[in-house]
Amino acid sequence: MSQTSEEMVYKPKKTESHRIRSLKDFYRRFKKNKAALVGGYTILILIIVSIIGPFIVTGDPAEQDFANRLATPSADNWFGTDHAGRDIFTRIIYGMKLTLAVGFSSVILGGLLGIPLGIISGYYGGKIDSLIMRVMDVLLAFPGILLALAIVSVLGGSLINVIIAIAIFSIPGFARIARGSTLATKNLEYIDAIRALGAKDTRIIFRHIMPNILSPLIVNATLFIATAILTAAGLSFLGLGAQPPSSEWGAMLNGGRDFMFIAPHISLFPGLAIVLVVLAFNIFGDGLRDALDPKMKK
Amino acid sequence: MSQKELLKVENLKQYFPIKGGVFGRTINNVKAVDNISFTVYEGETVSIVGESGCGKSTTGRSILRLDEPTEGNVQFDGVDLLSLNKRKLRQKRKDLQIIFQDPYASLNPRQTVSQMLNEAMEIQNVVPKNERRKRIAELMELVGLQPYQADRFPHEFSGGQRQRIGIARALSVDPKLIIADEAVSALDVSIQAQILNLMKRFQRELNLTYLFISHDLGVVRHISDRIIVMYLGKIVEIGDKKSIFENVQHPYTKALLSAIPVPDPEKKKERIILKGDVPSPINPPTGCRFHTRCPFATDKCRKEEPVLRNLDYMEENHQVACHYVKQIHDGEHKQVY
Repeated sequence: MSQTSEEMVYKPKKTESHRIRSLKDFYRRFKKNKAALVGGYTILILIIVSIIGPFIVTGDPAEQDFANRLATPSADNWFGTDHAGRDIFTRIIYGMKLTLAVGFSSVILGGLLGIPLGIISGYYGGKIDSLIMRVMDVLLAFPGILLALAIVSVLGGSLINVIIAIAIFSIPGFARIARGSTLATKNLEYIDAIRALGAKDTRIIFRHIMPNILSPLIVNATLFIATAILTAAGLSFLGLGAQPPSSEWGAMLNGGRDFMFIAPHISLFPGLAIVLVVLAFNIFGDGLRDALDPKMKK
Repeated sequence: MSQKELLKVENLKQYFPIKGGVFGRTINNVKAVDNISFTVYEGETVSIVGESGCGKSTTGRSILRLDEPTEGNVQFDGVDLLSLNKRKLRQKRKDLQIIFQDPYASLNPRQTVSQMLNEAMEIQNVVPKNERRKRIAELMELVGLQPYQADRFPHEFSGGQRQRIGIARALSVDPKLIIADEAVSALDVSIQAQILNLMKRFQRELNLTYLFISHDLGVVRHISDRIIVMYLGKIVEIGDKKSIFENVQHPYTKALLSAIPVPDPEKKKERIILKGDVPSPINPPTGCRFHTRCPFATDKCRKEEPVLRNLDYMEENHQVACHYVKQIHDGEHKQVY
């Protein structure tokens, strides 16, 4: 007996290897979905491009060349030039950082606000729950873009305000999912067991509920990035987001609007870029859902 | 034998409100546990038996304040548990632990066993930090698992092993009372015996007191010192194991006991089949709650609620809640159906 307890000096490394194994498990399930894999790698490439792109692309996104206005795609200007002679390819590369930044930061901001609200609502229930969820219902009653529009027109048009607006309209989605999962998790016996051991609410919430409700929230966040990017582009197109000289894709679309018939490529390429990013996040999110929640498969 | 009272439950009531209507008013209550009192002495095993929905588990949960009781008094080791504030209650929880029925739901799937045990000791600060690893190894051996298995996740264990882990977790904080809520019901019979014997051994070695909640009379017979029989939120009979099994009084307990299979094909056994189903605890029957199904019920049973009482021909600790228990015993009161 005593011998075994000597031998037992246990290696924390083993725990690590289990973590890695469950990650591997996840990847094995995830890569079965080929479309999601393509989406995931596309996102990865887009992120890398948005970071190193400006160092590779020669030229300035705001550099105007009036001698070369409205040029069609060529070897010099891959995607052509716009009405001020700016290179569209360069502008799309520079705009990618803005687009992804808007997508990620609005979702992170929305999640940081929405998830705690949802968990508090689900965990404590009662009056707090009613109060929080009624406020969420009010937010949900507005169509997303309309709410964002209203917020931006109050705050004023800028990219930061667009992020705030999108974050606000993402809050109810996060809160609802977090609340639902918390309700399901808090009645499980292992939560009772840890409560019977005398754990504080904060420990129960952060150590036991949070990790167990994370997967649906991650899926929601990924899918919402696509919505956020689309909304941000929409607001910029309407002139409420990034302002004209900016190479934000929505603003570029707007800039090309007047030349739609004589130079469609000005709008076409930013539009395609938006489609690519949104599509990548959507199929990646779907694949993520299947891999994180294998039971949910139809 | 004068024993020390460890747990004293008095007039415990647990009602769950049913909300409804536009404004979420309380329309009615589910009277899961309705005014029960009993005492558990140090070092003994008291079982609560009864069919599904009679309030056995709720009683256990109310004592631990996992659900806040509606009314009543729970004294543990001289301390009134229900009057403790949140912080004091957290400290007191060290002394009362629970083992759950479902070994698959009672362990956090994202924690290794050692993380789980470590956390339990961390919360109650029972073992200094640098000795916890050693203690985890000891606990693992105590419940019959290998110390190296402590770094595994719950899904890597079988049901019986998981239940052992649940027991190790409960033991990690050195409790005085363990409430075993159907602790072996989810296991198959051979494993049940192992776990029960393990629990019995701990009782001797660690001077534990058990409140054993079960619907399985065979298991109850094996482990208990005293037995509480519940029906629809009320105690109908309470007594020593021997006097309950050999000198059963209440018609409901008789029906329950008659359902135990006897491993003897020669022996003739009279099965008592009750009519009907358990009534709803939302609007329980008036008078004696068992009158809707009792073969001996009269008008008195429908109107007056019987209290627990001891009669001179019964053992000292034996109490029954039935108006006609003596008449039935003497054969003067005949069955109605």
